[in-house]
Amino acid sequence: MDVIFSQEDLAFRDEVRAFFSAEFDASMAQEWQGGRGVDYKSAIVKWQKKLHAKGWIAPGWPTQYGGTGWSVTQKFIFETERGAAGIPDVVPFGLKMVAPVIYTFGNEQQKAKFLPRILSSEDWWCQGYSEPGAGSDLAALNTTADYAGENYIVNGRKIWTTLAQYADWIFCLVRTSKEVRRQQGISFLLIDMKTQGITVKPIVTIDGKHSLNEVLFEDVEVPVENLIGEQDKGWTYAKALLAHERTGMADVADSKRSFAALKARASDEVNGGVAMIEDPVFQMRLSDIEMELMALEYTELRVYASMAAGGMPGPESSLLKIKGTEIVQAIQELQLQLAAYYGSALPVASEHDVLGHEYAAEARSSYMYGRAATIYGGSNEVQRNVIAKMVLGV
Amino acid sequence: MNFEYSEEQTMIKDSVERFVREEYGFDVRRQIIESDDGYSREYWAKFAELGWLSIPFSEQYGGYGGSVDDVAAIMEAFGKGNVVEPFVPTVLMFGGLLAHSGNEALMSAYIPRIIAGECLGAFAYLERQSRFEMTDIATTARDDKDMLIINGEKTVVLNGTSADALVVAVRTSGEQFDRRGISLVLVDADTPGVEVTGYAMMDGQRAANIKFVDVAVAKDCLLGALDEGMDIVDKMVPEALLAFCAQAQGIMETLNETTVKYTKTRNQFGVPISSFQVLQHRMVDNFMAAEQARSMLYRGLCAYGSGSVETECERSRSLHALKAIVAKSSKLIGEEAIQIHGGMGMTDELDVGHFVKRLMTINTMFGDGDYHQKAFNRLSYQSAS
Repeated sequence: MDVIFSQEDLAFRDEVRAFFSAEFDASMAQEWQGGRGVDYKSAIVKWQKKLHAKGWIAPGWPTQYGGTGWSVTQKFIFETERGAAGIPDVVPFGLKMVAPVIYTFGNEQQKAKFLPRILSSEDWWCQGYSEPGAGSDLAALNTTADYAGENYIVNGRKIWTTLAQYADWIFCLVRTSKEVRRQQGISFLLIDMKTQGITVKPIVTIDGKHSLNEVLFEDVEVPVENLIGEQDKGWTYAKALLAHERTGMADVADSKRSFAALKARASDEVNGGVAMIEDPVFQMRLSDIEMELMALEYTELRVYASMAAGGMPGPESSLLKIKGTEIVQAIQELQLQLAAYYGSALPVASEHDVLGHEYAAEARSSYMYGRAATIYGGSNEVQRNVIAKMVLGV
Repeated sequence: MNFEYSEEQTMIKDSVERFVREEYGFDVRRQIIESDDGYSREYWAKFAELGWLSIPFSEQYGGYGGSVDDVAAIMEAFGKGNVVEPFVPTVLMFGGLLAHSGNEALMSAYIPRIIAGECLGAFAYLERQSRFEMTDIATTARDDKDMLIINGEKTVVLNGTSADALVVAVRTSGEQFDRRGISLVLVDADTPGVEVTGYAMMDGQRAANIKFVDVAVAKDCLLGALDEGMDIVDKMVPEALLAFCAQAQGIMETLNETTVKYTKTRNQFGVPISSFQVLQHRMVDNFMAAEQARSMLYRGLCAYGSGSVETECERSRSLHALKAIVAKSSKLIGEEAIQIHGGMGMTDELDVGHFVKRLMTINTMFGDGDYHQKAFNRLSYQSAS
């Protein structure tokens, strides 16, 4: 049992570190401070184009489509270094969600048309899965696509569509026939957001920001060549994608960095003249989180190690999403606790520093938006159902 | 990166598991813990014969030269059978202290006998007031020419009733809580003035209070240098803790399996209770608690393994976090196992409660979860200013 990396892997780590420190500077980090505001898209696209130029935009893809050909260990190192450097992950909808479906189940024309534009960040994608009546029970979806010669005619509503306001394309699960087993009548369609009949309505979330949307489809004509694979088989393709997603959901590297930031702030913040980090109760709350994170880091390593050995991830992989998001939220909760009432005050436009505690506003909004982490990607309750069935066999 | 037990370790683990499965059933174990000795001499001889008692010792003394991983592989399997034989007190604590002592004469005299199953041992360090602070030692050893004269009382000496020899932590200088001034002395159990009062712990293992009344021991029975005994203790404790945590891992996973299996066969309201989502989600939480503990165990084993490049501080942090996580996970899993088994979980005739009691005693070994979490905090959180 060991966590020793080879000389080649250590050399690779140095190369990744050097690239990040040369290409990702403080000004770029500042552009991100707008969060999900207007500058977000240009900031992230600028960064993604740098990754693309380096050839590192899609480590998960097969090499023939533009993947890096890295070993499992190298992918792990890349992710760890990215998190440690405070660089946000790429926007997943194109690169990590629809692309694997296209290169696995799409035809040659679809691959040629879509994959290069995803790699270069020319196309922004969003995900059309959830509907007002289909959340955790995704197969209850009602958006219809009626076959009409050269086109499907799509009608319905998609909801909680993240960053649809920027999107050029949306990948949708739609109902193409009403089978007895609900999963069997679903198809996977790629839809151009500029098509007549699509309306995007913003949903303002409890952090006061706009990243979620409702997407309405009224008699939207979608060419049949935008169907992935066979009609009525879309559920199978979507499920394959979920397995692809799972190992990336622990967010260990990102949580390690945000935990370090939390510690630094707890050292600055005082109560009765004593730094919060010296407070015995606050220390217990810190270590409750840090120890779980140390364990999760090794849970993730165990998954990577079994994949590196050519095996499939074992039962330990199924808890990555649940534990990972619980830790993300726990850090946000403690951060907001640290911000105390300074975190309740809404920012005010002023020449001078009104409140101090400059992290407090972000602490509040990331806490509020962070509630979504245990809801999206299959709520943590649904994840528990999956583990109960697949691992415990009950 | 590698988190598999090696081929050899798997072989050892398999052979211990086979022994547990075929020869250490619940009824056999019950007879053992109700016997006078509280362990099976026959099985102890068998452990020796199979080489299990030789695992951590160096080849020089007839040992296998094994690593913390090798010991963990055995301990996990011991956990599955809730094996009560005094492996940790004899081999890892008593034997571990000897092995780290540098005292060649004592090592060649005792280690081969431990390996042969001919010498049981114990480490007498706790006192009535000391709780988890190992440096809180009032038992004294007075200098008298070539001899040390020991006076005092030790409590909860694991395996104290059967031990042929003891390592005793005594104060040779300094004040009650001083780290320096503690010495380790090897005392044969039949030395005049050694008074043993034995009792059973709730998990079936035996312990004793041991009084020392003017017990005279030759100075060449000192382990390491006079006053510097804690240096040796500090080398032994991580190895014993890793072993306890590995044993707890075997128990936690066994409890989870037992509980899931029970819910599939127990019918209420006309259906197996495993079909209830409220129980499913709780069993998933128990599963996750065990997986997180396993990850932390691996982190600890890597930190103390031969290829480790961790700093001393990082190693200690991993160890404290491991003990704290095992405390939390084992409390959750133990309590849930009883609750989900319902009335059956309350009965002495079911193995569940016996596993839980073992987890509870492991929790107190070398400090409970809170103690280790506080130690972790001290190493981790200081003001930058």
